[in-house]
Amino acid sequence: MDINLTFLGQMVSFAILVWFTTKFIWPQLNHAIEERQKKVADGLAAAEKARAELKDADAKVAAEIKQARQQAAEIIERAQGQANQIVDKARAEATAEANRLKANAAEEIVSMQQRAREELRGWVGRLAVQGAEKIVQREIDASAHKAMLDQLVAEI
Amino acid sequence: MASEPQGGLTEYIQHHLHHNTVSLGDGAFMKIHLDSILVAFLLGAVFCLWFWLKARKATSGVPSKGQAFVELIVEFVDTQVKDTFHGDRRTVTPLALSIFMWVTFLNAMDLLPLDAPSWTVKTAAGAEVAHHTFFRWVPTADINTTVGLALAVFFIVLAHGMKAKGALGFGKELMTAPFHAHNPVVVAILVPFNFLLNVVEYLSKPVSLAMRLFGNMYGGELVFMLIAGLFAGWISFLPGVLFNTAWAIFHILIILLQAFIFMMLTIVYIATAREHH
Repeated sequence: MDINLTFLGQMVSFAILVWFTTKFIWPQLNHAIEERQKKVADGLAAAEKARAELKDADAKVAAEIKQARQQAAEIIERAQGQANQIVDKARAEATAEANRLKANAAEEIVSMQQRAREELRGWVGRLAVQGAEKIVQREIDASAHKAMLDQLVAEI
Repeated sequence: MASEPQGGLTEYIQHHLHHNTVSLGDGAFMKIHLDSILVAFLLGAVFCLWFWLKARKATSGVPSKGQAFVELIVEFVDTQVKDTFHGDRRTVTPLALSIFMWVTFLNAMDLLPLDAPSWTVKTAAGAEVAHHTFFRWVPTADINTTVGLALAVFFIVLAHGMKAKGALGFGKELMTAPFHAHNPVVVAILVPFNFLLNVVEYLSKPVSLAMRLFGNMYGGELVFMLIAGLFAGWISFLPGVLFNTAWAIFHILIILLQAFIFMMLTIVYIATAREHH
């Protein structure tokens, strides 16, 4: 229970201990702790930022998809219009061609009719002469009656 | 320091309350308790070595378990300081950490078997030497240790007060607080009262610090000695073991609590000393 020099010795020990702790233990440990705290805080902030960025990117992607869809719809519409146009044009051309062909054919028919009629006329004239020759049973001077026959042919 | 009491429990306890003392001169004051000094110094060195090794390799990355444990203690102390003391913590937290760890270590010596030193001496040098070799290895149950600690804290508190207010401001506050007045005459009348009150207040701090820790640890040690008396007989041996265990478990609480109280009060005293009135 008696107080003696011991307490001075303990004070010195304590002083050394405090000095050592202040100098060699506390700064290093505190530095590490603070550094880690900063790292953790930075990491959390980075995660938060990344989350926000992801949200932005998502919104951008959605907008882009929407735009692309719109563009595709426009393109399809335009293509349909073009196709219709092409079909109409083709139809018009085909109609014109058909008409032209029809006209050509009609013309040809008319000319062929003409030719057939001419030919027929020739044949009928000759047949008539032969028939008449047979009926009359005598030589008819073809040249004498030619004028009459030509008139006959023309009348047919 | 015989392990079997020859003159009954009283002698056994008295025997165990002797320090290993060296006289440096005449008078009761010129003595040194070698056991207290040695154990305290060694435990301080153990603390320094342990924390220094961890601090040296401390990384801000993923900590090892040892580093995490040390950091846990440091952060616990730092949080206490932060809550109480608002200012530059670069010297206050190391001080609080030193006090907490050192006092915990010194108190924890109480948990080691009471007769381990005497048994060691007896085995090494025989019963006759053992009877004259005293060794108490709980430094905080020696009032010199707690007074030394408390006085050191007292000077640190004074230094903080003077640093925060200046030597003049500190002296002025001793004279003019806590009783204030505007009339110079009244101020002069109040000076002795203020001064007396402040001196008592300042002196009560180290006294209460030292006495609280010493009382707790000395009392704890005494209870261990009383329980050790139970080991003398075969019938009381088993209850002795049970009581000893129970008291040791309860003592863990006291060890940490007293170290914590000592640390907290130191911080509070420093914070109060830095406050302006």
